[in-house]
Amino acid sequence: MVETTKLIHEYLRHSKKFPHVYCPGCGHGIVLGSIIRSVHHLGLSKDEVVLIAGIGCSGRMAVYVDFNTIHTTHGRALTFATGVKLANPKLKVIVVMGDGDALSIGGNHFIHAARRNIGVTALVLNNNIYGMTGGQSSSTTPENSYSTTTPYGHLERDFDVVNLALGCGANFVSRTTALHAQLMDKLLTKAIENPGFNVVEVLTPCFTQYGRKNKFKNVVEMYSWYRKNTIKVEKYKELPEEKRAGKIPIGVFSDKQEPGFEEKYGQLREKLRSKK
Amino acid sequence: MAKKKGETIVTVYPAWCKGCGICVNFCPGKVLEFDEHGKAYVARMEECIGCGFCELHCPDFAISVVAKDKKDNKNNSEHKDEGKN
Ligand SMILES: Cc1ncc(C[n+]2csc(CCOP(=O)(O)OP(=O)(O)O)c2C)c(N)n1
Ligand code: SF4
Ligand code: SF4
Ligand code: SF4
Repeated sequence: MVETTKLIHEYLRHSKKFPHVYCPGCGHGIVLGSIIRSVHHLGLSKDEVVLIAGIGCSGRMAVYVDFNTIHTTHGRALTFATGVKLANPKLKVIVVMGDGDALSIGGNHFIHAARRNIGVTALVLNNNIYGMTGGQSSSTTPENSYSTTTPYGHLERDFDVVNLALGCGANFVSRTTALHAQLMDKLLTKAIENPGFNVVEVLTPCFTQYGRKNKFKNVVEMYSWYRKNTIKVEKYKELPEEKRAGKIPIGVFSDKQEPGFEEKYGQLREKLRSKK
Repeated sequence: MAKKKGETIVTVYPAWCKGCGICVNFCPGKVLEFDEHGKAYVARMEECIGCGFCELHCPDFAISVVAKDKKDNKNNSEHKDEGKN
């Protein structure tokens, strides 16, 4: 048995204040553990990894973990990541974003980074809300649910992150929940190694800003909801259309190995240089 | 991973536990309970099947699960009181 917790402590910045700032039961902490286990599993040194985060509770992760880290501006993490990857393609770049970060303010960067197929792992921590700033609705807040800015119910439809990423042509597209940490480890390990743009969406509960406004009594109920309402994508595909409603498929939705943008750029540069 | 009861040592580090209840509610062996301060503690170590769920899902890295026969059984006691700075 691996001594998981001991391992995690080896990667934390113990100069920072712990326990971390996240609310009790916030799934962001589980994701942090999964990133560390995945990097360790791949045998990467701390210096080979760059963790780039936006602003939000999710973005705080860059503070706690002892890789190369950049805590960027809200919505722009993918642009910094694109620069880092192009400057040094050997680095493994992991981008941590909230749903607001990745898909509201940062939506444009998200679709174009996916289309361009830049070689980074885009980890979207989807808690359906702007956690840090007080629970405003985001582009993944479900229709009819309540938030600070939609006290009478949300009238808009939400993004399906997986379908969006598939539509933009991302190489690897996957979804898990904070309750499915083993699947999360598997997906992240795969995404970090895979060429091109790799998306891991993690459904993660924010009881403080979302759950308590939407009829959950505590954070544990939100985890139970994930258990009840998710289904492995393989099984989901076998379900007849009418039985799919309300079920959230988890697992791998696309697994391509097309070369990343930085790889093609490198090849072009070599070609042009050799012509001189 | 051990699936037999009684082959593991489970430790909760109260300084890091926020009492969220994930481990208490989802542990298949009902090993953990809340103490009077609202923190998780190991109430029935002998019921632990070593599945590792609590350790993987504690958002605060406040639990460790190790095999009893493991020589290096110090756990993370050196981290117990960290983070108070
Ligand atoms: C340019 C800019 N606009 C707005 C903000 C305010 N702001 C900070 S975090 C945030 C949203 C956080 O939500 P999300 O990205 O989903 O992350 P979470 O906190 O839920 O993890 C906003 C709107 C900002 N910091 N910068
Ligand atoms: S506000 Fe929500 S996202 Fe932020 S730490 Fe608390 S539970 Fe997590
Ligand atoms: S999961 Fe962790 S933080 Fe939550 S009650 Fe258990 S030990 Fe405490
Ligand atoms: S390892 Fe499994 S059985 Fe043992 S305490 Fe943790 S959750 Fe319970």
